[in-house]
Amino acid sequence: MKSLNALASAVAAAAFVASSAPLSADVLFWSTQARPVEEAQAMREQVLSGFEGGVDYQPNEDGPWLTRLNAELEAGSGSIDVLGALHGNFSAMNPDALTDLGGLGVSSSSETFNGLAKLGTDTLQYVPWMQASYIMAASKEALQYLPEGADINALSYDQLIAWAKAVHEETGDAKFGFPAGPKGLKHRFFQGYLYPSYTNGVVRTFASDEAVVAWEKFRELWQHTNPASTNFSFMQEQLLNGDAWIVFDHTSRLAQAFNERPDDFVAFPAPAGPTGRGFMPVLAGLAIPSTAPDPEAAKALVAYMLKPETQIATLRATNFFPVVDAELPDDLPPSVKASGAAVAKMSAAPDANPGLLPAGLGDKGGDFNRVFVDSFERIILGGQDIRRVLDDQKGRLAAIMEETGAPCWAPDAPSDGACPVE
Amino acid sequence: MTDTAVLLPDQGQTRKTGRWLYAASVTLLCAWVIVPLYFLLINTLSSPETVNSFPKSFVPEFDLGSLTFFAGFQGMLTALKNSIVVAFLTMVMSILIGAPAGYALSRFEFRGKEAFRLLILLTRAFPLPLLALPLAVMFIRTGLDDTAFGLALVHTTLAIPFAVLITFSLFSGIPVELEEAAWTLGCTRLTAFTKVVLPLILPGITASAIFAFVISWNEVFAAAVLTIENRTLTAFLLQTLGEAPLHLKFAGGFILVVPALIFIFAVRKYLFAMWGIANR
Amino acid sequence: MNARLLPYVLILPVTLFLCLFFLYPFVLVAAQAFGGSDGLSLDNFRDVVSYWKFPISLKNTMLLAALVVPVQLALALLMATMVNRMKKGRDLVLYIWTIPLGISDLAAGIIWLAIFEQSGFLNSMMTGLGLAEGPVNFLSYQNPGLVFLAIALAEIWRATAIMLVILVAGIGLIPKEYYEAAEVFGASPWQRFLRVTLPMLRPSLQTALILRVVLAFEVFAVVAALGGTLLPVLMGEIYAYQFDLQNGGAAAAMALIVLGISIVFTLIILRVLRVPKGATI
Repeated sequence: MKSLNALASAVAAAAFVASSAPLSADVLFWSTQARPVEEAQAMREQVLSGFEGGVDYQPNEDGPWLTRLNAELEAGSGSIDVLGALHGNFSAMNPDALTDLGGLGVSSSSETFNGLAKLGTDTLQYVPWMQASYIMAASKEALQYLPEGADINALSYDQLIAWAKAVHEETGDAKFGFPAGPKGLKHRFFQGYLYPSYTNGVVRTFASDEAVVAWEKFRELWQHTNPASTNFSFMQEQLLNGDAWIVFDHTSRLAQAFNERPDDFVAFPAPAGPTGRGFMPVLAGLAIPSTAPDPEAAKALVAYMLKPETQIATLRATNFFPVVDAELPDDLPPSVKASGAAVAKMSAAPDANPGLLPAGLGDKGGDFNRVFVDSFERIILGGQDIRRVLDDQKGRLAAIMEETGAPCWAPDAPSDGACPVE
Repeated sequence: MTDTAVLLPDQGQTRKTGRWLYAASVTLLCAWVIVPLYFLLINTLSSPETVNSFPKSFVPEFDLGSLTFFAGFQGMLTALKNSIVVAFLTMVMSILIGAPAGYALSRFEFRGKEAFRLLILLTRAFPLPLLALPLAVMFIRTGLDDTAFGLALVHTTLAIPFAVLITFSLFSGIPVELEEAAWTLGCTRLTAFTKVVLPLILPGITASAIFAFVISWNEVFAAAVLTIENRTLTAFLLQTLGEAPLHLKFAGGFILVVPALIFIFAVRKYLFAMWGIANR
Repeated sequence: MNARLLPYVLILPVTLFLCLFFLYPFVLVAAQAFGGSDGLSLDNFRDVVSYWKFPISLKNTMLLAALVVPVQLALALLMATMVNRMKKGRDLVLYIWTIPLGISDLAAGIIWLAIFEQSGFLNSMMTGLGLAEGPVNFLSYQNPGLVFLAIALAEIWRATAIMLVILVAGIGLIPKEYYEAAEVFGASPWQRFLRVTLPMLRPSLQTALILRVVLAFEVFAVVAALGGTLLPVLMGEIYAYQFDLQNGGAAAAMALIVLGISIVFTLIILRVLRVPKGATI
């Protein structure tokens, strides 16, 4: 038994040594954004190093991010000072868990964003932090197959399909790439791009005849889509290795391609359908949980993040654009230039039909996305009848809207009370 | 089994074929394990352009760019130290706590034995990420949060089924008569255990130690939730690996694999340590 | 010490430990599964079972386990007997064969994706050898069979070592006399394997099988890396409920279903490979 006792005390000693490590007074920045190692490193070195007092920047996947946060809220004390996440992460939270930030004196220059950030209360629950969007990108090799008369900056879905088809027929390979992998953001394509472009709505028009047409068109495009797309989550990888020539994705998930080989790729606006050129922003925000150990330092960090210089530095580090008025310098990385120009063309297009992020869904945001992902898997991958799938999924969507009472958001026509599925 | 099955006595030719087959299958199985790792090495030592190119080269070009990127990462060494401390604590605790139970399971019939065995297995059959929330709340309240010891407790929970069941199966393989003989020769239950049984199951202890170390080393979720200042290397690197650019994905994966390989290499000989004794 | 009390004293530390760090959080989580709008209900179970992907993910998980585990068992047995006979280089060969043990499932997924993807190593090799004209798409929704096979291969590569280590440690304990005696009676190597190795190895076989089967039901990271969304498995659905849908009750219900399946299989293995109390000479 002697040796066992000795071992046990060794364990206790090791535990003591390990637990008595000095605690630093850095502000803990708990984020779901800028996760890829390079971006996280850039956040630390180029963005947060200028903050007095020091920041411990820790990016996490949604799972650990949420679990840790919920544990601190439940325990009533914690170590997280500042939260960085997407609008969707915050809208799923109880506003009581977040410190009101209305009195902080910083906000976005976009009233739409500030409105979203109130999360249904009358004051800011999070401060808009940065924004991005989804765009198209293509390898220059694909440009020669562009259909005659098509302007790459004003494509229609029909032209896109014809283009993908031409590439497919000429090269023998389906080279359209779509982020349908497990971490891909495919649901945003349906919610913010396909549906608004064909039905001028998302919820109301979910099972309309126009929606059937939209899915038929997408099915046509899928004929010329790389079948391995169900493994693609970051289209920059397939652009770089040539598995896909024409792709749709989040601007920051295309950045690496432009930064590595700026001369080989072009970025351009999303295509247009019968009801305009649908597109959607991505909005990330900063919040302070009610359990923050040092709320004052946390507020100072939030204010620091909204400074124009910090916003520019963030743009360089993450490819997310500022939410405040900031003059963009000329020496930005190629990815920022390319995607910035594409987003600008998209929003300035005469047929632009901008949509908003889903709002008021609370913790049903995931269920809402699942309706679209399920429809995709059943219609496109499963080959089921479009009408039947939509009528079936419609019930789930209506249940979500009724349960949350969320009113319609653009481009759906406004509603009194819960947005109806027509 | 083909190699041994064809090996008939007194037929030199078949014996030769058998030996050849045997050597060939050993080589083949070694290649089966090593070749994928070799690909990982190639990609780790390639420039970003090469990682994305086609067709792939089968010879590494020794571009150290990706590895240098990680070398410049602040906090890597601290995280490495934390990982080792946690893995070591896990190893010691899971064996100290698990081995006695394994002995009890193999030597005694007692009420509640089946229920106990199921309890042990349940721990592996329920996903940890679901348990992480109540555990984290408990740890924050008790002050175990963000300590290597706290994380090691969770990892020990994961490693205990391996420790208990492996030691159980090895104790079961040791004849009771061996112990009984020691008793008649004047040993107490305890000295019989330490002098006779313990040396015999050293390989089993080594096996459970390997499992405990590796489980702790590769565990991501609890590490990400339960440590903040005292991040482990896995939580530091692996959790974001899935979203890194390809070349960094491979380099990060490689960096994580190496320490685990060194550890297995260091203890591998104990798996055979008592071979002579066991084979008397 | 009282011989009747001794076993309880020996299992006390594990029991206390698991009660605190497993049973306590487990009960809290499991309770969620039975929570409904008003008290106790099975709504969560009904919800997850009626979801259209449930039967598919159940089937995939089962098929994968049914294919992977037997192959791994055979392979691990083969490797363990080979190592046992080896005279030179035993340490090195055993080390190489246990390497995958140290590789996390996430890293294993990355490695095998690099092999199977369209511009990956397998395609490079095939075009290089002239077996294929251009890169073939292995991981597409059009060939679910190939995707399944790729995942099975990666799983076999990654997790055979778990069984191997347990079996090697167990085989070392089989006294040599048994084999010598068998040889005297003219038993062929195959007969010696069937009559001596397998029965004597029963405790280790049981442990290896149970652990491997339980882990096989939790397969996730490699499937996600190679199969993307094509091959839903139970564990992936649990994570989706917990983190994408933030529906803790449904996730817990689903996890309890997996737990139930694991228990059933564990009991079957325990029954089939019953181990007597201590081996006798």
